[in-house]
Amino acid sequence: MSGPSSYVPKSDLEKWLDTRLPIVRFMNDTMIDFPTPKNLNYWYTFGGILAVCLASQIITGIILAMHYVPHIDMAYNSVERIMRDVNYGWLIRFMHSNGASMFFLAVYIHIFRGLYYGSYKAPREILWGLGVIIFLLMIITAFMGYVLPWGQMSLWGATVITNIVGAVPFIGDSIKTWLLGGFAVDNATLNRFFSLHYLLPFVIAGVVVLHIWALHVPGNNNPTGVEVQDVKKETLPFHPYYTVKDAFAICVFLLIFAGFVFFGPNTLGHPDNYIPANNQVTPAHIVPEWYLLPFYAILRAITFDILIIDAKFGGVIAMGGAILILFALPWLDSSKIKSMRYRPVARMWWFAFVLNFLMLAVCGAMPAEPPWTVISLICTIYYFAYFLVVLPVLGVIEKPQTPPASIADSILQSHKKSAGVSPAAVPAE
Amino acid sequence: MKPTFARRFIAGVLGLVSVVAFTSSAQAAGEAKHPREVNGSWEGPFGRFDRAQLQRGFQIYKEVCSGCHSMNLLHYRNLGDEHGPFYDPKYPNPNDNPVVKAIAANYTVKVIDADGNEVERPALPSDKFVSPFETAAQAKAANGGSMPPDMSALIKARYNGGDYVYSLLTGYDQEPPKGKSIPEGKHYNPYMPGGVIAMGPPMVDDQVTYAETDANKGVKPTVDQMAHDVVAFLSWASEPHQTQRKITGFGVMGFLLILTILLWFSYRQVWRNVEH
Repeated sequence: MSGPSSYVPKSDLEKWLDTRLPIVRFMNDTMIDFPTPKNLNYWYTFGGILAVCLASQIITGIILAMHYVPHIDMAYNSVERIMRDVNYGWLIRFMHSNGASMFFLAVYIHIFRGLYYGSYKAPREILWGLGVIIFLLMIITAFMGYVLPWGQMSLWGATVITNIVGAVPFIGDSIKTWLLGGFAVDNATLNRFFSLHYLLPFVIAGVVVLHIWALHVPGNNNPTGVEVQDVKKETLPFHPYYTVKDAFAICVFLLIFAGFVFFGPNTLGHPDNYIPANNQVTPAHIVPEWYLLPFYAILRAITFDILIIDAKFGGVIAMGGAILILFALPWLDSSKIKSMRYRPVARMWWFAFVLNFLMLAVCGAMPAEPPWTVISLICTIYYFAYFLVVLPVLGVIEKPQTPPASIADSILQSHKKSAGVSPAAVPAE
Repeated sequence: MKPTFARRFIAGVLGLVSVVAFTSSAQAAGEAKHPREVNGSWEGPFGRFDRAQLQRGFQIYKEVCSGCHSMNLLHYRNLGDEHGPFYDPKYPNPNDNPVVKAIAANYTVKVIDADGNEVERPALPSDKFVSPFETAAQAKAANGGSMPPDMSALIKARYNGGDYVYSLLTGYDQEPPKGKSIPEGKHYNPYMPGGVIAMGPPMVDDQVTYAETDANKGVKPTVDQMAHDVVAFLSWASEPHQTQRKITGFGVMGFLLILTILLWFSYRQVWRNVEH
C-alpha cells in the first residue's frame, strides 16, 4: 500500500536532506503515515510485540555476552556469577531466558493468526516466506542459546539434536564431526555455538527489515481478507492509531513477561540445566525447551523404516519438512477466499490443527514409548495432511460464505448488527 | 474478530496447556514418591525468608552437611548480603560485617605466597566456601563411590527442589517395599529417583544446639525442624537475590499496570471517532 508519499519537508535541513538521503521521508511513510486497515483486531498486534521481543533479546544478550565465558570449564559458573554477583545480572539473565519463551509464544500466535486469515495468500507470498525464514532462524538461535549455560540439558540436548545430522546417509557422520568441531559436543562446539548465537539475531533483524518491507508493499491483510479498495475510507495512518493500539497490547504482553521474570523465572526451564554438564551422566529424560517440543515430537514420530530410508533419517526429513512445507503453503491452499471467517468448514480444520500442534507439544514432553509414539505419529500425519490434503482439497469442494464486498461494508454491517434489537441476535462467529 | 471465537480459542489453548502441565508434572513424579510439601515461608510472590531460620539453616549446613557437600558458588560475604542470613544494615558492604568475618575466620584456605610456597591463612569474607574435599576423586572415594552433589544450586536443580530435599531428608524412616533389594552400603529412600541413595540418614534429633535467642524460643532441633531450616538456607543459596527479585517485581508490575491503563484510555481517546 505504499502509495505516493505524503511527506512534505518543512525545515531547510529536511529539504536539503530529502534531496540527498530521504531517510525522514522513508521513516514518515513507513511508521507515521502508512495506511493501515481500520479493522485490524488484537491478533494483529503481535508483529509489534515480536519487534519488542527481538530488541529485548538483543540488548540483554549483548550485556550477558560481556560477562559470559564460552568455555566448558567456566560457562556454567559464569552464568551463575552473572546471577549472583553482577549488578542486576539476575534480571538481565532471566529477561533473556524467559524472553526466548515469550518470543516463541508471540511468534506462534503470529503464525497461527496468519494461517487463520490467509495472510500467506497472494500478494503476500514473499512476506510469508520471509516470516518462515525468520522462524527457522529463531529456532536455530534459540537451540544454540540453550547450549550456552552448559548445564545437563544444554549438553545432552545438543548431543541429541546434532546427532540427527549424522542420520543423513553416507556423509552424515563427516558433516556432524565438521559441525561439532570434534567427535562429540565439547569445547569447540560451545565456542562456535556462542559465536553463531551472537551472529544470528542480527541476521534475523535483517530479515525482519525485509519482512516489513514486503508487508508495506501490499499493505496489511485484515480479518475480512478483502483487500483495501478505498484508502481514504478504509485505512488509518499507522500513527497515532496503531502505535497507540500496539503500545497497549505490548504493555499487556510485558505484564505477562514480567510475571514470569519476577515471580517464576525458572517455571518454563528445566531444573536439570542447573546441574553442570557431565558427559558421563545421561539425564533420565532429554527434552528441548517447550517451544521446540512439537517439532521434537515429529522427529521422534517416525519409528519405522520407509523403503531405503531408515527411521532416524525419516524423522529428520519429517521434522525439516514440517517447517519447510510452510514455504509452499501459499500455493497449496486452493481457496479463493483468504479469511477463514467466511470458510466455516476450513475454520474447523484450522482449529483442529492448532489443537493438534499443542498435542504434538505434549507428545514431545513424554518419553518415546507407547501410547505416545502412536499419538505422535497420528498428530504428525494430521500436521502434514492439513497442508497437503485439507487446504488444497477444501478450496475446491467447500461452500464458503460470501465475504463482504469491502472493508467499509464489513464495518457498516457489524455496526448494524451491534445496534440491532438484542445482543443475542449477533450470530456467533 | 468477534469475542466468541477468541474466547473459544483461548479456552481450548488453556485447556491443553493445563494438560501439558499436568502430564509433565506426573511424569516427573513417576520415578519417585511424590514429595511432601515443605510449605516454606519464602514460597510464592509474597513469601519472605525468616532470618532466624536462615541462620539455623546455615548452622545445619555448617555442622552437618558440609562434612561431605561443597557449596562452590557461595562466598562467605554472601551470608551478609541484603536479605541474607547475617545481613546488618550497618554494613552495606558485607565484607565489613563482623559476624561474617568471624564465620570466615573459622576456616583456613591454602594460598601461594610471594615466595611460591603454599601457606595457610584464615579465610576472609571474600573467599569461597571451603570445600570438604580437594578433588572430585577424593569426594567419591570417601563416599563409597558416589559424589555428594554441590549444594549451591541444588534447590533449583531439582523438580520442586524445596519439597524434594525436605522429603528426602525426612524420608529415611520408611520400609522398602517387599522384593526391593538395597545394595550393601546403600539406603532406601522413597523420594530418591529409583529409591536407593548412597547417603545415610544425615540427621538425628537434637544433633545440633540452636542458639538461645528470642527468635529461636521454642524451636526444637528435631529432624523435621532441621530439614525445614536447612531447606530454607539452601533455597536462599540457590538464588540469593530472589527476595530482591520479588520486591522489584511488584514495582515493575505496578508501573506496567498503570502504563497499561493509561494506554488503554489513550487508545479509546484516539479511536473515539473511528468506526471500525
